[in-house]
Amino acid sequence: MDITEVQVSQDNTGKKKNKKTPKKKRNGNGEGSAAQRKVEEEEDEKKMEKSEEAFPPTFSVSEIKNKQRRHFMFMKLKQEKRKQKMQLKKKKKKEREALGDKAPPKEVPKTIENQRVYDETTVDPEDEEVAFDEGTDEFSAYFNGLTNPKVLITTSDRPRGRTVKFCEQLATVIPNAHVYYRRGLALKRVIPQCIARNFTYLMVVNEDRKMPNGLVLCHLPDGPTAHFKVSSVRLRKEIKRRGKDPTEHSPEVILNNFSTRLGHSIGRLFAALFPQDPQFIGRQAATFHNQRDFIFFRFHRYIFKNEKKVGIQELGPRFTLKLRSLQKGTFDSKFGEYEWVLKRHEMDACRRKFQL
Amino acid sequence: MQHDDVIWDIIGNKQFCSHKVKTKSQNFCRNEYNVTGLCNRSSCPLSNSQYATIREEKGQCFLYMKVIERAAFPAKMWEKVKLSKNYEKALEQIDENLIYWPRFIRHKCKQRFTKVTQYLIRMRKLVLKRQRKLVPLSRKVEQREKRKEEKALIAAQLDNAIEKELLERLKQGTYGDIYNFPVHAFDKALDQQDEESESEEESEEEEEDEEDVGKREFVAEEEVEESDLSDFEDMNRLKTSSDEEEEDDESSEEEDEDEEEMETETKASKSKGKSPANGVAARKKRAHVEIEYEQETEPASKSIAT
Repeated sequence: MDITEVQVSQDNTGKKKNKKTPKKKRNGNGEGSAAQRKVEEEEDEKKMEKSEEAFPPTFSVSEIKNKQRRHFMFMKLKQEKRKQKMQLKKKKKKEREALGDKAPPKEVPKTIENQRVYDETTVDPEDEEVAFDEGTDEFSAYFNGLTNPKVLITTSDRPRGRTVKFCEQLATVIPNAHVYYRRGLALKRVIPQCIARNFTYLMVVNEDRKMPNGLVLCHLPDGPTAHFKVSSVRLRKEIKRRGKDPTEHSPEVILNNFSTRLGHSIGRLFAALFPQDPQFIGRQAATFHNQRDFIFFRFHRYIFKNEKKVGIQELGPRFTLKLRSLQKGTFDSKFGEYEWVLKRHEMDACRRKFQL
Repeated sequence: MQHDDVIWDIIGNKQFCSHKVKTKSQNFCRNEYNVTGLCNRSSCPLSNSQYATIREEKGQCFLYMKVIERAAFPAKMWEKVKLSKNYEKALEQIDENLIYWPRFIRHKCKQRFTKVTQYLIRMRKLVLKRQRKLVPLSRKVEQREKRKEEKALIAAQLDNAIEKELLERLKQGTYGDIYNFPVHAFDKALDQQDEESESEEESEEEEEDEEDVGKREFVAEEEVEESDLSDFEDMNRLKTSSDEEEEDDESSEEEDEDEEEMETETKASKSKGKSPANGVAARKKRAHVEIEYEQETEPASKSIAT
């Protein structure tokens, strides 16, 4: 009897609730009598009691078979939780104000960067081994000032308008860069010719469906080859509030957040694209900013308004890169020795683990 | 009994042949044993009891022959002869095997054999050239990466990061003498100068007291004290129209360089209208003490900021 009674009353509340929501809406629209409202209030009270009684026993919302009632109970549960959370917050705030200066410092919220899984290849600034490696790797010639960068930019076969424009704009950003059409040549034959003509870098922009989507960056004498995925390309005319075209001055290079060993080698790869002595008169800066394994490239002109404020104005193209593979030696996809390859299942499994 | 004409009558013209492909201008035959590929009375393998074809398997060419004697044994109907890899020898083989056969079939077989060898050669050449590898994209993965990229962009706060880096470089002095902002250093130097001048004055006064005891001097009404003189020297330095000044070479050179650089800066940024006019005006208005720094303009180093 008790059981049936309870059931009936629950039924009542459920059904009444269902009827109530449309009724409430109607009330909101302006109809409804006082008597109705009274009845609803009574039902509200009843419901409150019932709900408070219903929750404490081990009762999971998912056990109710009826979808509408289950949904209703779940909403109630959520509201309760939210209320409790608000109360907790208020209490904490009061405590803070009461303590005044002695209050404990605010907790730092968790971000992905905070929670990043510690990578054992993170470079310590004073690591001697790394310093030695960097002193003797393929970029040492550049960093010791012996060679000047000379970049050859080309595309895959039959580039379409957007890719061509992108290559042209890249050539204005990187000093001493030349754009050549591919015309169906094999890269393996192109590379010895480049070396013969003293190029230090080969950049191949790959295209798919009229949009650039890949970049192969090959350091020439015998240097590493990096293959990137290119996304979010914005050409110069698509950038809002941009400045005039970049001048011929060599820009400064800003490399941010390249912390691991792999990141370091990629960072050096980018740094060696630009001449060693930037011309500060030009006030141009090229930035490669690494965030969560995405490398954002921006090109700005800056001006110091006073010693605490600087204004920057974006000039040239912007794009993002994601490293797909790093190969020792020049471009050779079949027989090359890969230092690092993006393996999606292993590396993308954890949200807080990054490679660069 | 094999009645070729009857068969052709049925499948060729009137009724249905499952190998036939009709187009607006021509009929094709998709039968694998067909020599020419067209649907003709003389090319149809079903309606010709004596027939021969060339077929190719994995780079090897074979001559297939069908004669009316074996028409009752479908499993053994086609006789298969392997042709040599040498083109001329293969042609001789075809001739030898199809001796006394109708001219049409011999000719068409040789034609087909030529075509087959040509395309085999081209296949071998293509393998040596650049091969394009098609990599399939998974839409789910692409969408995931796109969303991650957006979030990373928001987390990166690029403008702030760049500005911070530039200001740090300014503080560290990688820009050398180009910008005359370093206000802290400036003020410090000013204070130092003030202290020095004060201490100098004090020491000078002490010396004067010691020397002048007992000496008589004829002094003008307006007392020109040495301390005033030192002030005048400072006043000289206060003049900011640096072109007219003739000071020590170092300072003038410095100033000239600065002027030039400011000019080039104005030229470079004229178009933007953000001229460092404010900077120049500020320089002129400030109570200005020329301090000669000897600074080594450090070679600009690119720092990898972590």
